Amino acid sequence: MCGIVGLYLKTKKYEKSLGTFLSGMLDSMENRGPDSAGFAIYTKEEKSKYKYSICLNKLTDAEFKKRLSKDLKKVKVKKFSDHVVLETTDKPKKVLKFLKEKLGEVSLVGYGKCINIFKQTGRPSDIVKNFSLSSFSGSHGIGHTRMATESAITTEGSHPYSTAEDECLVHNGSLSNHNNIRRVLVKKGEIFSSENDTEVAAGYISSQISSGQDLESTLKESLKNLDGFYTFIAGTKKGFALLRDEIACKPAVIAETKDYVAIASEFQAMAHLPGVNQANIFEPEPGIVYSWGN
Amino acid sequence: MKKLDLKKTKLSEVNAALQNLNKKSIDKDFTVMNPEGCHALCVGLVNKINVTINGHVGYYCAGMNQNANIIIKGNVSTGVAENMMSGTVHVKGNASQSAGATAHGGLLIIDGNASSRCGISMKGVNIVVKGSVGHMSAFMAQSGTLLVCGDAGDALGDSLYETEIYVKGKVKSLGVDCIEKPMKSKHLKKVSVLLKESKISKFKPEQFKRYGSERKLYNFNVDNVSEY
Repeated sequence: MCGIVGLYLKTKKYEKSLGTFLSGMLDSMENRGPDSAGFAIYTKEEKSKYKYSICLNKLTDAEFKKRLSKDLKKVKVKKFSDHVVLETTDKPKKVLKFLKEKLGEVSLVGYGKCINIFKQTGRPSDIVKNFSLSSFSGSHGIGHTRMATESAITTEGSHPYSTAEDECLVHNGSLSNHNNIRRVLVKKGEIFSSENDTEVAAGYISSQISSGQDLESTLKESLKNLDGFYTFIAGTKKGFALLRDEIACKPAVIAETKDYVAIASEFQAMAHLPGVNQANIFEPEPGIVYSWGN
Repeated sequence: MKKLDLKKTKLSEVNAALQNLNKKSIDKDFTVMNPEGCHALCVGLVNKINVTINGHVGYYCAGMNQNANIIIKGNVSTGVAENMMSGTVHVKGNASQSAGATAHGGLLIIDGNASSRCGISMKGVNIVVKGSVGHMSAFMAQSGTLLVCGDAGDALGDSLYETEIYVKGKVKSLGVDCIEKPMKSKHLKKVSVLLKESKISKFKPEQFKRYGSERKLYNFNVDNVSEY
């Protein structure tokens, strides 16, 4: 099962409502994934500033702040439930190294110039409230409600998976050759923090993109290399893209208006969006990459 | 005309109201408002009534229908009219996968496109799609007719039994044991009746091609003995 959602704003009209809309979408996908939920919301880029979304695990935010190095520049920490968003002008290489060496008990969920990414176990309707998702404005976001199948109900096993700057992936389905692909990617230097199949797909996509391929051709190629059932939504700084495998057992519906593009596993998730009944509503075809903003 | 609003009434109550009608009831026409993608709406209706659904609907809408005439003014998700026995289901928008799956009788009309596996394992229903159908449509279909005014996707009629398929547009590929067959006068007549029933006047029966089973999978072939 699992539910996936995505909302991309084509105009500025609903920027302030993005969090509220996405929150409603996740809420109505609770039946498809009651075990955990997560979302990535892309907010405005601020010059030379990076955002690091971090799950504190058992560490308190006071302790986290205390142990932040004085070497990190212009640090701002915002708390969201058991996560924080750390803002600094320091580049990922330095911050990632610092977190690994000095703050081993926390886990980095994702980072980038625009991405804010949170995930947690529990009911999606509670999780969106815990992170006050409705308070966020932004340009686009994707989300996931999980019914755990191939790995345990943990925060690490929850989606979205982010394996590179401003990139993330949500997935409805299951991959059958993820162990093989993981082995190949680990040899290339990719690091994985879970046993989850989707993290491998996210790593595969980031690895192809970092080698110079664009998102669209990477997704097209994944039809050959990723074996299994999937509807993917891959988020990037500029937008998102959708792909269904060629058997297309895993559902997806798209609603497009002049102001937004909404994707969801079921229409229920978008029934609350403004003007959706007049939107162009269609089912994405199998094996075709649909992309907005990229 | 009785109105049932899903914003005010629970889905189970709306379904119960349509299923358990008093035979002497004078209400024969119903409108269902605000479905908002809900699942299993108007399932198991057994009376000769007219139901119009205003909006987009979720999974298994009008499943197991008997006798009722159901119009959906919107799109439908997976499995519309699955296992329908009789009556009519008319979708004004697009349909998702497995439309009319295993349906035994009645008429399913889809004004837009139907996606993959349309008419999978159909057992006697007539399905008319004014747009195109996705891959593996009429997979293992046993009887009844699938008429497609647009194109058909990959593997049309794979492992087909005795369902007759008519397609006006292109067929991307035929499935195993499905072949093109000649259009004889009785087939032209059949298409003509279906077009008339679906109120399609812009196409002529002669524009359609007929596909059916080659019947090679029916019996064990001794040439394949080494496969076992």
